[in-house]
Amino acid sequence: MSGQDSTVTQLLGQTPSQTVGPFFAYGLTPQQYGYDWVSIAGGDMADEATPGDRITLEGQVFDGAGKPIADAMIEIWQADGTGAFATEQGRNTRFTGFGRVGTGMLGDGLFRFTTVKPGVSVAGEAPHINIIVTMRGLLMHAFTRVYFDGDARNDMDPVLAQVPPERRGTLLARKTSPGTWRFDIHMQGDAETVFFDL
Amino acid sequence: MVKLLNPRDFSSQPGYLDSGYRSTALRGPTKPLIPIRGVSLAAPVYGHDRIAPGDADLTVNGRKEGEPQGERIIVTGRVLDENGRPLANTLVEIWQANAAGRYIHVVDQHAAPLDPNFFGGGRCVTDEQGRYRFLTIKPGAYPWGNHFNAWRPNHIHFSLFGHQFGQRLVTQMYFPGDPLLLLDPIYLGVPAKSRERMVAQFSIDVTEEGYALGYVFDIVLRGENAAIWETHG
Repeated sequence: MSGQDSTVTQLLGQTPSQTVGPFFAYGLTPQQYGYDWVSIAGGDMADEATPGDRITLEGQVFDGAGKPIADAMIEIWQADGTGAFATEQGRNTRFTGFGRVGTGMLGDGLFRFTTVKPGVSVAGEAPHINIIVTMRGLLMHAFTRVYFDGDARNDMDPVLAQVPPERRGTLLARKTSPGTWRFDIHMQGDAETVFFDL
Repeated sequence: MVKLLNPRDFSSQPGYLDSGYRSTALRGPTKPLIPIRGVSLAAPVYGHDRIAPGDADLTVNGRKEGEPQGERIIVTGRVLDENGRPLANTLVEIWQANAAGRYIHVVDQHAAPLDPNFFGGGRCVTDEQGRYRFLTIKPGAYPWGNHFNAWRPNHIHFSLFGHQFGQRLVTQMYFPGDPLLLLDPIYLGVPAKSRERMVAQFSIDVTEEGYALGYVFDIVLRGENAAIWETHG
């Protein structure tokens, strides 16, 4: 047996995923839902003083019947305006790049983040925001990415290039007004959002 | 630079569409996931400074006028990667029903009493050995609408980040010997070979004399792939 084989056989088994269920709000997004406990992150990630182009990223999550989902949790993780990710060492930095909201407080399953448009973190990639979607009825969370419609760098992005052209549009946020970008997530259907195995 | 992760072991994971768990039918993605290879991304930076030492004691953090009702338990364990390495300084968040099987969440309408002295949310950061520890109340079982006479087994929800974005895990911890486990579509949604990884072990060593029963629940996240690291490093 080679050394590599013995390493493989010694791997511990990954703990399986389970649904976040319908009642996560007081534990994971307490402040947003009005519970008396401080949240570790929320939807307001940037303010006037944050360097970069301040944007609002908003949208809805839809189920396979086209109905908005009001008990999903959306987490976003992104670089700052210069393309740099916050690090543990710099955790008191003004902009952490991490946001977390539930879709139950704005009506019609809407989510909204106030953030900055990310810069390019890896040469050759287009600006994008990483997303984790989780909800009741989803036994394992789903990863996706938001790109910005009209950004010329999208054409060169190596991850978008792996997505069939007819589905790339599901990863594009579209500008609805100055500074506001709309990104809807479709769990199923013709417009099913591309989810990644990261 | 973050090392690349071993793949997610889908043979140990539930599927997105599960005939027993009705809510998956309209919510689980139907198209295959598209693999992103060669991307490494550290875990999110969140509000470490917002985590208070008392957040890990659920028998205290919701008190208004006295002690919460129910059976005190200690839930502890280590967060490891597949290679057995402890993940230090990583966030563990939990939430759960009270002893009567009722969540404080406003949407929970189960006709069981709320406990004015129990909130049900907790969190802590693992120590250098990857260890976490909560003091809480054993959660009750409760009915849900999935099918006739459906009851969720006693469980505690867990949320973890690990050290990399791809290690994110949301799961549930169950209790040993619970007769509801083999009737629960959410538990059964996981392949049989890996279900018991979600079941805590009773431990007399963790149990505190005259005070609280102890349970051990170790959590294993995807590990760093040494072979790939060598290739790309």
